[in-house]
Amino acid sequence: MPLLEVNEMTHFFGGLRAVHNYNLSVEPGEVRGLIGPNGAGKTTIFNLMTGIHRPTEGDVRLDGESLVGLFPHEIAARGLGRTFQNLQLWRHMSVLEHVKMARYSKVQYGFLGAFFGSGARRREEEEIERKAMELLRMMRVDQVADQNVLNLPYGAQRRVEMARALATEPKVLFLDEPTAGMNPEELKQMMGIIRQVRDEIGLAIFLIEHRLKLVMELCERIQTLVFGEVIAEGTPEEIQNNPKVIEAYLGKETVE
Amino acid sequence: MAQPTGTVPDQGPTGVLARLGRFFSGAPALAWLLGALLAVILERIWGTPLATLLGLPKVPMLFGCVIALSNPLLIPSAAAYVLLIFALPIAVVTKLAGATANRAAEALMRMPILVTVVVHLGLLFLTLHIWSGISAYRVLTLKLTLIAVIVTMSLNLINGYQGEFSCSHPGFMALGAYGASVFSLLFFVDDKIFGAPLLPAWLGPFLFPVGLIAGGLVASLGALVIAIPSFRTRGDYLAIISLAFMFIVKSLIENLEIVGGPRGLGSQPDWANLPTVFIWAVVALWMINNFVQSTLGGKAVNAVRDDEEAAEAMTVNTRRTKMVNFMFAAFWAGVAGGLFAHVLRYVNPATFGIQKLAEVLAMVYFGGLNSIIGSVVGAVTLSVLSEALRPLEIFKWIIIPLLLILVMIFRPTGLIAFREFNVRKILSPRQNPQREV
Repeated sequence: MPLLEVNEMTHFFGGLRAVHNYNLSVEPGEVRGLIGPNGAGKTTIFNLMTGIHRPTEGDVRLDGESLVGLFPHEIAARGLGRTFQNLQLWRHMSVLEHVKMARYSKVQYGFLGAFFGSGARRREEEEIERKAMELLRMMRVDQVADQNVLNLPYGAQRRVEMARALATEPKVLFLDEPTAGMNPEELKQMMGIIRQVRDEIGLAIFLIEHRLKLVMELCERIQTLVFGEVIAEGTPEEIQNNPKVIEAYLGKETVE
Repeated sequence: MAQPTGTVPDQGPTGVLARLGRFFSGAPALAWLLGALLAVILERIWGTPLATLLGLPKVPMLFGCVIALSNPLLIPSAAAYVLLIFALPIAVVTKLAGATANRAAEALMRMPILVTVVVHLGLLFLTLHIWSGISAYRVLTLKLTLIAVIVTMSLNLINGYQGEFSCSHPGFMALGAYGASVFSLLFFVDDKIFGAPLLPAWLGPFLFPVGLIAGGLVASLGALVIAIPSFRTRGDYLAIISLAFMFIVKSLIENLEIVGGPRGLGSQPDWANLPTVFIWAVVALWMINNFVQSTLGGKAVNAVRDDEEAAEAMTVNTRRTKMVNFMFAAFWAGVAGGLFAHVLRYVNPATFGIQKLAEVLAMVYFGGLNSIIGSVVGAVTLSVLSEALRPLEIFKWIIIPLLLILVMIFRPTGLIAFREFNVRKILSPRQNPQREV
């Protein structure tokens, strides 16, 4: 049984068919890519799976359990972590607080602990902090743990977001354009981090990306989405040489 | 902090306030408390003779402001009084006792934090007790200020920490005030409305906390009524719904004859003495501070405020978080309302109207959003100021808003915003940075 399975997922925004009969199956430890022109519906697919929108038709299953109809936070707690296309960080919180926050669903002390501050709560907060620092070290942002997240350079902010997503202990990690707006140096670093995450934590990664170089290097299988429909699926080589994909990206040759 | 380069050793900014700050930088909180304690003892002993000597009609109640404003000719005398009784002794003791107090604070910090806190709070209470012992007016002002501190902290939970604009705090206070009053009157007082007491009177003071908590829970229930419809969306809906709620509560009480209608409810027993109010304020501060520093509570509320979608994606149950925070805030507003009713020993619905709302909102935004210490500063400053400027009558309502506008221009989020309240840091001994070789 695949780890994450999507069956015939279709979604309408009013009369607009944003996604049509989308299928996906991800195995543990796999890196999958989703590419497509702007407006093809890539982020919508992420939002459908993570519960921000509810698919009009079809089913999403994680470890055999259906996720359709659950709240986004329940889906996240079951093991779908994600990052956002435009960094969505909390502007008044420190780097460490970001990563601690993502362990919300695992907090045991309850609201009584929050009100009265028991010893159990203190120990648990310390444990959360220790785990958060580990992730920050892995993302190489532990030096700035106490800084407000807005004071960080862009690439570091991306890594904080990654650490935050990992702190939810996902089984599948969704990365929505993880290198958008990065310079070549930061891009290289991010690719290293994605590889490291896959190798050290061994989770499945599903990423949307515009930079074909990154997708071609990292992903084992790639889907190409155009107007909400998958027009091609296969290994990087197959995708690169697929005439439909070339047409979607470069247009048809009209010279006679 | 950027250190300016140069051969001259850096003396920092040279403003009067900065110089004063450096002068006292070696003094821990303990030294300040000792200075204040000495000042109030001085006032107890020599206050009246000194006031007569300076030609003042009586001991100035609020640091000479009232006297100075109602009779400008006495400004020099009032200033001299404040200088001799408060400013000089506090300055001298704080400076001289700095080193000793630092050693004492160091010894205290080695003990469990609870002991340290209790010692400091004890000194603070002693100071306040002696200061207010001079007149009933001071006691009343102090009690109302402490209640304002509770209300401001609790409103900050919603308007600051949660970042939504709520206008229902007077409504919550009213619910708490009436809840606690009904509890007291029904069980312990022989009055016209509820008849003979149901429980023996000696039990009353012991069950007073139960009454206050009951009032707080009633307020929380009211909060639930607002929260269910308004937290489905974001934006201005909460402001509108909560404003409506405030008016609904007010007119509901006005039309309920069982609690006295517009005439109000009186003859609450005299249980809210200074120690009681002080302890409740400390408990409120402690619990609210616990809450806002926990990942499950305040930090989650912050995350929801800054980006709700991201919070959901990071497993935060945003609806539960908002609900709990809102009801927790309402609870403390309710407790403060109960205390308020027992301090004044009379409540009527007109008290909990738009003017109360304006006061509390001003305290929150003046003191600083997302900050416990800011709320304390805001509540104390505006409460004392609004008492001190009383002789100006109508002009008081020009000066205070003007002050608020200035704060909004120069510090848009308030005086002390986004600061964590760290007990250890406040009470710990200070190193003297100017003692360089």
